[in-house]
Amino acid sequence: MAAPEPEAPTTAPTRAKDHSPWNWLLFIPIVVPLIPVFFNGDSPRVFGFPRFYWLQLAFILLGVGTTTLVYQMTKKRGGS
Amino acid sequence: MWRDHLTEIIVFSFLFLLVSVMGFVAARWRAPKDMAHLDEWGLGGRSFGGWITWFLVGGDLYTAYTFVAVPALMFGAGAAGFFAVPYTIVIYPLVFLVLVRLWSVSHRHGFVTPADFVRNRFDSPVLALLIAITGIVATMPYIALQLIGIEAVLKTMGVTGDNALARHLPIIIAFAILAAYTYQSGLRAPALIAFVKDSLIYIVILVAVIYLPYKLGGWGDIFAAADAKFDASPNPNDGILLNGNNQLQYVTLALGSALALFLYPHSITGVLASRNRDVIKRNMSALPAYSLLLGLIALLGYMAIAAGVKPLPGNSAGSVDNNTIVPLLFDQQFPDWFAGVAYAAIGIGALVPAAIMSIAAANLFTRNIYKEYLKRDASPAQEANVSKITSLVVKVGAVACIVFLDPQFSIDLQLIGGVIILQTLPAVALGLYTRWFHRTGLIVGWAIGMGLGMWMLYQVASPTRKHFGGSAFPLSEFGFDTTRTIYVGIVAVAVNLAVAALVTLALRAAKVDEGVDGTTPDDYFADEGDPRVTAGPDRDADSAREPVA
Repeated sequence: MAAPEPEAPTTAPTRAKDHSPWNWLLFIPIVVPLIPVFFNGDSPRVFGFPRFYWLQLAFILLGVGTTTLVYQMTKKRGGS
Repeated sequence: MWRDHLTEIIVFSFLFLLVSVMGFVAARWRAPKDMAHLDEWGLGGRSFGGWITWFLVGGDLYTAYTFVAVPALMFGAGAAGFFAVPYTIVIYPLVFLVLVRLWSVSHRHGFVTPADFVRNRFDSPVLALLIAITGIVATMPYIALQLIGIEAVLKTMGVTGDNALARHLPIIIAFAILAAYTYQSGLRAPALIAFVKDSLIYIVILVAVIYLPYKLGGWGDIFAAADAKFDASPNPNDGILLNGNNQLQYVTLALGSALALFLYPHSITGVLASRNRDVIKRNMSALPAYSLLLGLIALLGYMAIAAGVKPLPGNSAGSVDNNTIVPLLFDQQFPDWFAGVAYAAIGIGALVPAAIMSIAAANLFTRNIYKEYLKRDASPAQEANVSKITSLVVKVGAVACIVFLDPQFSIDLQLIGGVIILQTLPAVALGLYTRWFHRTGLIVGWAIGMGLGMWMLYQVASPTRKHFGGSAFPLSEFGFDTTRTIYVGIVAVAVNLAVAALVTLALRAAKVDEGVDGTTPDDYFADEGDPRVTAGPDRDADSAREPVA
């Protein structure tokens, strides 16, 4: 959501930790739930729920899946 | 009439007393060596692991007011009320990206509040003061709203009185108990109570969403009843789906509320209390369980329509209090003892966020007003003491808001609160990524964003009110030829950012002093066990390997 850090890179070997490309995946659960074309409709219904309701509830799983994936892929490996 | 609800009142009171005892005992839970330190009282020793954080932050973000007001909104307006679901989906990836950095930099420098960070990052006590005041002003009405949650329950149980004092006495007692154990136990009290609160809420809602549709003829019938109600209403913007006019409002409100929620001091307090970065990141995958819960709770609004619930009258003649529909639905559909459990869930649900909010507001006052302007050399013990007393004052203020003012005033203030807390986004959230903005630019942007937000909110009319009628601003007011509406907060923060950027460019061209950044780039990745943390309660300050400017 912010511009990349403009400061000159200093001597910090740990910097790369948060700059994994996997982090970009997090924009999917930020952007997708904010596009009404996807969910603003009635059909198909699932268990009597119009699409508006079940699809937005399903986006929760999208969010959980993405944050879990990014966490697993970016967490520190090995010791330390 | 309260005699009809005796079972409910007994169950409610029992559970309420149980958590009160827990609140006092919490002072001994994970007891620190020295409670007289703001890190201990105000942040639980910065030591909470995955489970505690999950309950604490969940209990913090999903407040009693949310549980009462969201279904009330669905009951009244339909699909537009469901914004709470995308709102609470979008927030977690944002926290994952942004607040983890705040945790790290705060961990290393011992920051307790977002304003502490801003002061250090931008070398500007004035900007920090503005951030602190914004936080306090936005939080106060939020605490008052928690009382409205309790009041809706009490009203349904028939616990009311003839005069203002008698009517408010139960709430005053409840808040006095809350204030006492928060004073004693600090953040440990809501952390411990959150276990009870959230367990009760999960049980109640799971039972409600399985049992009620079965009783009311299934989900298809529930949606059909809601659809029929909105078709019959004269309001063109309600319905079980969005229309062309309110889609933009829906998504901007969801995004704006998500951005606002994680800037609120109480959410930051919850995040800063966790033990390390991993705890926060793992919680971002686990906290959406509450969003699912909230989505189901929202649908209670439609169940109330299908069940034919008629809201109780409001405070002014002829009005109705939609906030009573969920308690009424439980009263009507559940056996008395279970309705009592459900009411306790809502009542206790108000205590956890109210405690955390008052702690967060007290920390802001202590760190960024008291220590900055009144007593520069305050010791950690004095800081903790001031915070404890301030938390009492904050709660008295919240109760006074409800007792002496029209509750509508608190609701208006909370609406404003979301818009004004968003104005701290450039300094706090973007500040975690970049120091490009000039401190004066941020101050000017904040002022313009605030002014614009207030003006826009003032302009919004609703069918019942001329001003402060909501947060959906008609774009036609800006001269656009459209009936679409947009969330005020998003417009205000966009203008805030634009102004901050322009002023920054101008000041930079004029070579105005920018101050010194007190943080280094790798502060934003520090984790538990980092050797360079500055002095804390039981840490050594002398292990700093490099100067922290």
